Amino acid sequence: MLPFIIFCPIIAAILIMAGVPARKTALVASILTLVMTLLAFTLFEGGQRGFQDVTSLTISADWGLNFAVGLDGLSLVMILLATIVTAAAVWFAGKIDKYENAFYACLLLISGGAIGAFASLDLFFFYAFHELALIPTFLLIGIWGSGNRSAAAWKITIYLALGSFILLIGLILLYQSVPVASRSFDIRALQAAAATGQIGAEAQRHVYLLLLIGFGILVSLFPFHTWAPEAYASAPAPAAMLHAGVLKKFGLYGLLRLAVPLLPEGARYWTGLLVVLLLGNIIYIGLVTIAQKRLDWMLGYSSVMHMGYIFLGIASANILGTSGAAILMFAHGLSIALLFAIAGEVRKRTDTLLFDDLGGLGKVMPFAGLAFGLGAFAAIGLPGFVNFAGEVMIFFGAFQNGWEIERFHIFQVATGLGLWGVVISAVYMLRAYRKVFMGTLGARCNNLVDLDRSLRLPVTLLVAALLWFGFFPQSFVRIVAPAFQTYFSDNRPP
Amino acid sequence: MNSSLPWLVLLAPLLSAALITVFTRRSKKLSGFLSCAAVLASFTGACVIFARRDASAVALNWIDFSGIFTVPFGFVLDNLSRMMLVLVSGIGALIHIYSLGYMRDDEGKSRYFAALSLFMFAMFGIVLANNFVMLFIFWELVGFTSYVLIGHWFERDAAADAANKAFITNRIGDFGFMLGILMVWMSTGSIVFADITPRLSILASHPAFLTITALLIFCGAVGKSAQFPLHVWLPDAMEGPTPISALIHAATMVAAGVYMLVRVGFIIQASHTALLVIAWIGTITALMSALVATQQNDIKRILAYSTLSQLGYMVMAIGLSSNNAAIYHLFTHAFFKALLFLAAGSVIVALHHEQDIWEMGGLSRNLSITFVTFLIGALALMGCPPFSGFFSKDAILALAYEHNMSIFVVALGTALLTAFYITRLLVVVFLGHPRSHAARISRESPFVMLGPLIVLALFVIVGGSASFTRRFVVIPQEMGFFESVPLLAMSALVLGAGLAIASYKGHGSETFDLDLLRRRFYFDEFYRWLIDWTQELLARISAFFDRWIIDAGAVRGASGGTWGIGSLLRLLQVGNLQAYSFLFGLGIVALIYFAVFR
Repeated sequence: MLPFIIFCPIIAAILIMAGVPARKTALVASILTLVMTLLAFTLFEGGQRGFQDVTSLTISADWGLNFAVGLDGLSLVMILLATIVTAAAVWFAGKIDKYENAFYACLLLISGGAIGAFASLDLFFFYAFHELALIPTFLLIGIWGSGNRSAAAWKITIYLALGSFILLIGLILLYQSVPVASRSFDIRALQAAAATGQIGAEAQRHVYLLLLIGFGILVSLFPFHTWAPEAYASAPAPAAMLHAGVLKKFGLYGLLRLAVPLLPEGARYWTGLLVVLLLGNIIYIGLVTIAQKRLDWMLGYSSVMHMGYIFLGIASANILGTSGAAILMFAHGLSIALLFAIAGEVRKRTDTLLFDDLGGLGKVMPFAGLAFGLGAFAAIGLPGFVNFAGEVMIFFGAFQNGWEIERFHIFQVATGLGLWGVVISAVYMLRAYRKVFMGTLGARCNNLVDLDRSLRLPVTLLVAALLWFGFFPQSFVRIVAPAFQTYFSDNRPP
Repeated sequence: MNSSLPWLVLLAPLLSAALITVFTRRSKKLSGFLSCAAVLASFTGACVIFARRDASAVALNWIDFSGIFTVPFGFVLDNLSRMMLVLVSGIGALIHIYSLGYMRDDEGKSRYFAALSLFMFAMFGIVLANNFVMLFIFWELVGFTSYVLIGHWFERDAAADAANKAFITNRIGDFGFMLGILMVWMSTGSIVFADITPRLSILASHPAFLTITALLIFCGAVGKSAQFPLHVWLPDAMEGPTPISALIHAATMVAAGVYMLVRVGFIIQASHTALLVIAWIGTITALMSALVATQQNDIKRILAYSTLSQLGYMVMAIGLSSNNAAIYHLFTHAFFKALLFLAAGSVIVALHHEQDIWEMGGLSRNLSITFVTFLIGALALMGCPPFSGFFSKDAILALAYEHNMSIFVVALGTALLTAFYITRLLVVVFLGHPRSHAARISRESPFVMLGPLIVLALFVIVGGSASFTRRFVVIPQEMGFFESVPLLAMSALVLGAGLAIASYKGHGSETFDLDLLRRRFYFDEFYRWLIDWTQELLARISAFFDRWIIDAGAVRGASGGTWGIGSLLRLLQVGNLQAYSFLFGLGIVALIYFAVFR
C-alpha cells in the first residue's frame, strides 16, 4: 500500500507530462492517494514501536543501496498531512493560463517527493526524494509566480540548495561516523548502531551541528529564514500551500527522525544554541510579522514564526515535546495551507494584498471570510483546532526540562517567552484579519465575487481535519508517542 | 441517565452551533429556533442536575501519554458548579428569547445565534471542568465567542477594533494563567483539581513560589473579569449587540474569572501575599470604574463601568478570603445586571439605536414597563433593601469592615458613587422632558423582549429573600455586631442618590465637567502610547533589521561569496529545467561518490 501512496502522484505527474488531461488526472490521483492514506491510518496499529508496512527492494547490493520504505507514527502523520494538503492544493489550482500540464505535474511531484521522503527508511532515498520535490518548487515560483518572481525564485534556490548541500555533508559524515562494520544507509541500522553507542560523542557534536543548520535552512530557522516570506509571496497559491504546508516540514521531520534520536549527545550539546535560535523565530520574527504591510508577507513570516514552537518541542527532546512537535507540524501545515489558499483567491480578485488597499471583504466574500477566519484562529492556537493540542504538549514538554522548584532554567524561560509569542501571534493575525475582512469596504473591494461553490470542498477538508484531530488529539498521540518512546524518556514531576 | 445529563447540557449548544454553521446559515428563523431549543434543553438538564444531587458523569481522556501527561475531560458536579449551570443556562435562555426580538431583522442573525450557542457550550465547559487544561480550553473558547459577538457588526470600524482589543487583552491575561498552570503541574504533578489538593503541601513549603503561582493564575481572572489594569476591553465590548452585553459582558463570562478563582481557591487562598494583592486589585477596580461611570454619556458604557465596579467587589471578597461572599454577589449581580442591560436594550431599540443619555429623557411615560424593570434593577445595584443587591453587597462590606479598614472605606465610597451614577442615569433617561424627537415618539418594545425583563425583575425581587437564595448559594454568616455596616451603607446610598437627584433633576445637560473621568483616566491613551513605544517600535526596528541586515547580508554571503559560484549560478536561467537537474545530479553524484569510496 505504501509504495502505491508514494508513486501514485509521481506516476500521475509523468502521465500528465505525457499529455493526459491535467486537472482531472491530478484530482483523481490526489484523492486516490488521500483515500489510501486514510486507509493506512485506520489499519495502522497504535501503541507499537518500530516500523509497519515495510517494503524493501535491493537496488544494488554492492553499494548497499536499498529502496526501503515503512511507516511509524511520525511518518504516518506527515504523509497524512501531505496527502490532505495535496488534494486541497490541486483543487484550489483551478485553471492555469500557461503550461497547465507542467503546473499540475510540478504539484504532484512535490507531493510524491515529500511523501517519499517521509516514508523512506534509507538515507539515500530520504535525501533524493526531497531533492525531487524541491526542483518543481523552484519552477513553480520561477514560471508561474507573481511580482518579482525571478528574484524570489533565485533566492529560494540558492538558500535551499545551500541547505541541502550542508545537509548532504552532514548525512555523509553521519554515515562515516559509524564504525565500518555497521555502516549502512538504512535508518533502522543506524538507529541500532546509535542505540549501542557506536557513534562517538565528538562526532555527534559535529554532525548534529551540520544537520541542524542544513535542516534548519530548509525550515527557515532563524537567521536562515529570509527566503521564506519572499518566496511564498511570489509563489502561486498551490505552490505556497504545498511548500509551506508540507515540504518545509521535511527539515523538522529530519531532525526528529535522524538528528535527535541518532545523536543525543550532539543534541544535548547544542541545546542552548537551538533554544536561542528558536526564540529568534518566536519573538523576533513575531515582531517582524507585526510590522508587515501585506497579507502574503505577513502569512510567510507567521509561518516562519510558528516553526519556532516546533523547534521548541524538538529541543525539549522528551516524548511529550517531540510528540507535540509532530502534531503541530501536521496542524500548522493544514492551517497555513488554508490561509495561503484564501489569500491567493483574494489576490486573484483584487490584484493586491496590501492591507491599505483592502478592507471589509467579509461583507462581499462571506465564505472567504469564514474560511480565512477559521484558518487564522487555528494558526493562533484556539482550542478545538489541533494546533492548540500540539502547542499544549510542546509547552508542557519543554517546561519540564531541567525543572527545579523556585528556579527557572533555560527551558522554563524559553517556555515563558514562547507563551508570550502566543500573544504576539494573536496581535498580527487578528490585526490582519481586521484589516482585510472587517471594517469599511476598501476602495478596490466593491463587486467582488465570493469563492466558487466548488471550493467549499477543499476548505471543508482542511477545516474538518483541523477540527477532528483538535477534538480527538488522542488519535495522534496513540500512534506518535510510541514512535518516540524508543529514544526519549520524560522527566516526571514528583 | 444521570451520567449522561451533564454531557447533554454541555453538548446541546455545540450541536446547535454546528448545525447552524453547516446547514441553516440562510434560514435565519430556523437558526434562532435551533439555538433557543438547545439552550432550553440545557436549562432543563441543568435544573434536573440541580434538583437531584446525585448527578455524575463519565470522564474521558482528551490527551493521554500514559504516566507522563494526562488531560482528562471530566466534570466537577458540586454545589457551586450545579448552581452556576442553572444560573448560566437560565439567564442564557432568557437572553436567547430576548434576542429573537432584538435581532429580528439583523442580516447576520444566523451567525449571531451560532456564536451564542457556541458561547453557551464554552461557558458550561468552564463551569464543569475538573482540571486546569480543560478549564483553559473553554476559557479561550469563551474569549473567541466574545470576539465574534463583539465584532458582530464587523463592518463598523469601532466594533472590529473592540473585538480585537477584547481578544488580545484576554490573551495577555491568559499568558500568565498558562504559565501558572505549568507551574502548578510541575510542582504538584497534576492538573486535576481533586488531585492537586492533597499535594498542596509541596507548594506550601515554598511560599514565594506559591505566591507567584497564585498571582499568575489570578492574571487569567484579571483578563477575563476585566480587572485593573486589563479592564480596558470591557467598555469597548459594548459595541456588540445589547443582549450580548447582558449575557456575556455582564452576567456570565466576565464572572467566569471570579468563578475560576473560587474553583481553584485551594491555591489562591493559600497565599496571604497573593490575597492582599487580589483584594487591592479588586478595590482599585471597584473605585476607579465607579468614578468613571459618573461621567459617561453612553447608556451602555455606564452599565459597563458599573459591571467593572461590581466585579471589583467580587474580586475584593475573594481577596478577603470569602469565596461565599463573592459567589453570593456573583449570583445576585447576574440577575440585576442582566436586567439593567436588557432594559437598556429596550430603550435603545425604542429610540432606534440611540445610546446617548442626553438624547433621551422622560421615557418613563412611553416605556413604562421598561422603566419599572430598570428601576428595580437600579435599586438592586445601588444596594437598596429589600432587593437582592443589598444583602450581597452588605456581606462584602461587612467582610471588609472585619478584615481591612482601608478597603472598607474605599468600598463604602464606591457604594456612594454607585448610588450616584445609577440615579443620574435614571433621572436623565427616564425623568424630565424628552430631549429628542426619537424620545418623544418612542414606543414600548414587543413582548418577546419585555417578557425576559419581567422574569428577571421577579428574580431580582425574590433574590432579596434569603430563603430563596439559600437554595443556590451559601449566604455568609450574618455578623450581628456589625450593625453599623448596613447603617453606613444605607447612608452612603441615600447621600449618593440624593446628590444625583439634586444635581440632575431638571437639567438638560451635564452638571459637572470632569475631563479626567470622562476620558476614563486616559487609560486608552496611555496604553496606545505604551504599545507604540514598545511593541510597534520593536516591530519596526526588527523588520528593518531583518530586511537590511539579515537578508541583505545573507544574500550577499550566499550568492556573492565567491565570484566563481556567482558566475556559475548566473549561467543558469530561472526556469531552466536542465540547470536544476544538473544541480540535482551533482548532489546524487556526490552522495554516490562518498558511498563507493567509503
